[in-house]
Amino acid sequence: MIRLPIGDVVETAVDWMTVNWAGFFGGIKLILLWIITSFQTLFNWIPFFIMIPLIAALAWFLAGRGTAIFSVVGLLVIVSIGLWEQTMATLALVVTATLIALVIGIPLGIWMSRSNTVNRIVRPILDFMQTMPAFVYLIPAVYFFDLGMVPGAVATVIFAMPPAVRLTNLGIRQVPADVIEAARSFGCTGNQMLFKVQIPLAMSTILAGLNQTIMLSLSMVVISSMIGAEGLGIPVLQGITQLKVGLGFEGGLAVVILAMVLDRITQGLGKSNSEKMNAK
Amino acid sequence: MPKVEVKNLYKIFGSNPKKIIPILKQGKGKAEILKSTGHGVGVNNANFQVDEGEIFVVMGLSGSGKSTLIRCLNLLIRPTSGEVLIDGENIAACNKEELLRIRRKKIAMVFQNFALLPHRTVESNVEFGLEIQGVDPATRREKALEALRLVGLEGHEDRMPSQLSGGMQQRVGLARALATDPDILLMDESFSALDPLIRKEMQDELLALQTKMHKTIIFITHDLDEALKLGDKIAIMKDGVIVQTGTPEDILTNPADDYVKEFVQDVNRVKVVTAANIMTRPDPIAYAKDGVRVAVRKMREASISSIFVVDKEHHVKGILSIDKAVEMLKSGTHDPESVRRAIDPNVETVSPDTSIETLLPLVINSKYPIVVIDAEQKVMGIIIKVSVLSGILGEENEND
Ligand SMILES: Nc1ncnc2c1ncn2[C@@H]1O[C@H](COP(=O)(O)OP(=O)(O)OP(=O)(O)O)[C@@H](O)[C@H]1O
Ligand SMILES: [Mg+2]
Repeated sequence: MIRLPIGDVVETAVDWMTVNWAGFFGGIKLILLWIITSFQTLFNWIPFFIMIPLIAALAWFLAGRGTAIFSVVGLLVIVSIGLWEQTMATLALVVTATLIALVIGIPLGIWMSRSNTVNRIVRPILDFMQTMPAFVYLIPAVYFFDLGMVPGAVATVIFAMPPAVRLTNLGIRQVPADVIEAARSFGCTGNQMLFKVQIPLAMSTILAGLNQTIMLSLSMVVISSMIGAEGLGIPVLQGITQLKVGLGFEGGLAVVILAMVLDRITQGLGKSNSEKMNAK
Repeated sequence: MPKVEVKNLYKIFGSNPKKIIPILKQGKGKAEILKSTGHGVGVNNANFQVDEGEIFVVMGLSGSGKSTLIRCLNLLIRPTSGEVLIDGENIAACNKEELLRIRRKKIAMVFQNFALLPHRTVESNVEFGLEIQGVDPATRREKALEALRLVGLEGHEDRMPSQLSGGMQQRVGLARALATDPDILLMDESFSALDPLIRKEMQDELLALQTKMHKTIIFITHDLDEALKLGDKIAIMKDGVIVQTGTPEDILTNPADDYVKEFVQDVNRVKVVTAANIMTRPDPIAYAKDGVRVAVRKMREASISSIFVVDKEHHVKGILSIDKAVEMLKSGTHDPESVRRAIDPNVETVSPDTSIETLLPLVINSKYPIVVIDAEQKVMGIIIKVSVLSGILGEENEND
């Protein structure tokens, strides 16, 4: 049996890119670092007793009273176990990764929905991105971007982007053919069709993609901490390496609370969107 | 110049549609071509003209190519070959900008399943066509409200489509099409998804609108009653071919082949429906003893221009017109004898089992309604032109 030199090829390629594309990666790193630290600074600059009511108001508006109450209680628990600052760092990472995933993922999903060729090419790549164990992304991320928040964000984006792409594509393809036909019959241009018909009608599916992207980003928190990203992964890792069960549990609990708050809020966003259409 | 003219139009579905046209010209049928080449024949050499202000109905069984044909008129489906002339301009040869202009200004379409935009309010659905033309919001709103008023939906502008019944949704669909003030309306089974009563209401309303607006309408249906009621001309399609085009009368009286005959068979009710089915109550009626003054008052109250006069056994004596009656009032003669002299005794009477077929020439030639009398010569009811026509169309008489 011949040994295929797949690993060697990848290594050589990564080496080559590290050397030759250093400027490119350096640029990306600077931009990402700037975005993340801006968010992190902002979130930590706002005191928790203002931040919590803000989040609760958003939750109330989008998802109802129950979620608002849960958010207040949950976030106060985080404050009381002293993990507020890490939670805000994690939130900054999640927000950044999600934004980038959307900025890349939604246009890519739109492109896929309009071309069967693009669809055929991108689909297996998305499968690959999602099924490859997330740890594997850490290695090239560290190669290109050193340690810290930036490689964490990059690995998170790669892992969390596929649902945004997939569900954008799906949502647009699901727009009823007769509505598309009607819009065409009134003389829509391609762009008018996209912005006035397809995206609005695909919105609840796209928002479901947003929700999944956020959840997947959160699931990368601990893994990102292994390459030096700040946030809630740190106490969890300490819990594991130093066998501090309590600390690990508290870190994990904070992740769960943050996940639930973000999940309910974004689900509420999708629900209020589809309720508007199906008002009875 | 006809408003819409279709010349030698073909639409074939498949990988190499142009190659199929010569085979069709050899006279091979749709089924045969599908079997031997795998190509579907949508429209096979269609030719017709629609004049301005006309309602042109296309009928045919499912799969006969009606939807394909109508979509070739605004190029939602691109014809394989042939010409579609709108005001003399061949739109099959238009470039993209010209096509957009025609779709925006000249032709609008109403769909079978309404195809409204579910995320927009009623008003913003109706504004859609104007919005994509770049019309300013104030004008848009004004025109949308006007269109909604035309279809009887004022006051519903802020509701969502899902909150409306099927009939109301289709009114929105119609208003959306009217809002851009197109010359031509394409209606693909627009009323087929509605239940029968609402459907009849929409047909009546379309006809009422049409007397005001004089659009050129291409209307698709597979319902003969609808076709007869709406159509100035009717085309019948089979397997992509238009087998006959003509006025409703043409189609009914001279069906081109067995396929058309089968379609029209429904209309045998011309022979089946009788005077008794379609007569209305003789209300009001004047008695010979009443005198002119009373007769005039009865006519005024009922807003009618002539009234049947009977004796006390309810035997018909004749008919008195308002002109005659007023003339007599003015000249001051209203003794019973003079009334009797003013009555026109020449009214047509028929027995209740007379068929519509026999009634039709009578109502058409008679100045007055026709009186239905029983075996003892007593008045049972009267028949007016409208009830004969709606009897042909198979509508129930509200008065039985
Ligand atoms: N996109 C398409 N690809 C292939 N064949 C098609 C396509 N659209 C229509 N056809 C075929 O063309 C023929 C005519 O279809 P069309 O929809 O015009 O019929 P129709 O008269 O409107 O029927 P219905 O009353 O069911 O609406 C049918 O045999 C259909 O299978
Ligand atoms: Mg059809």
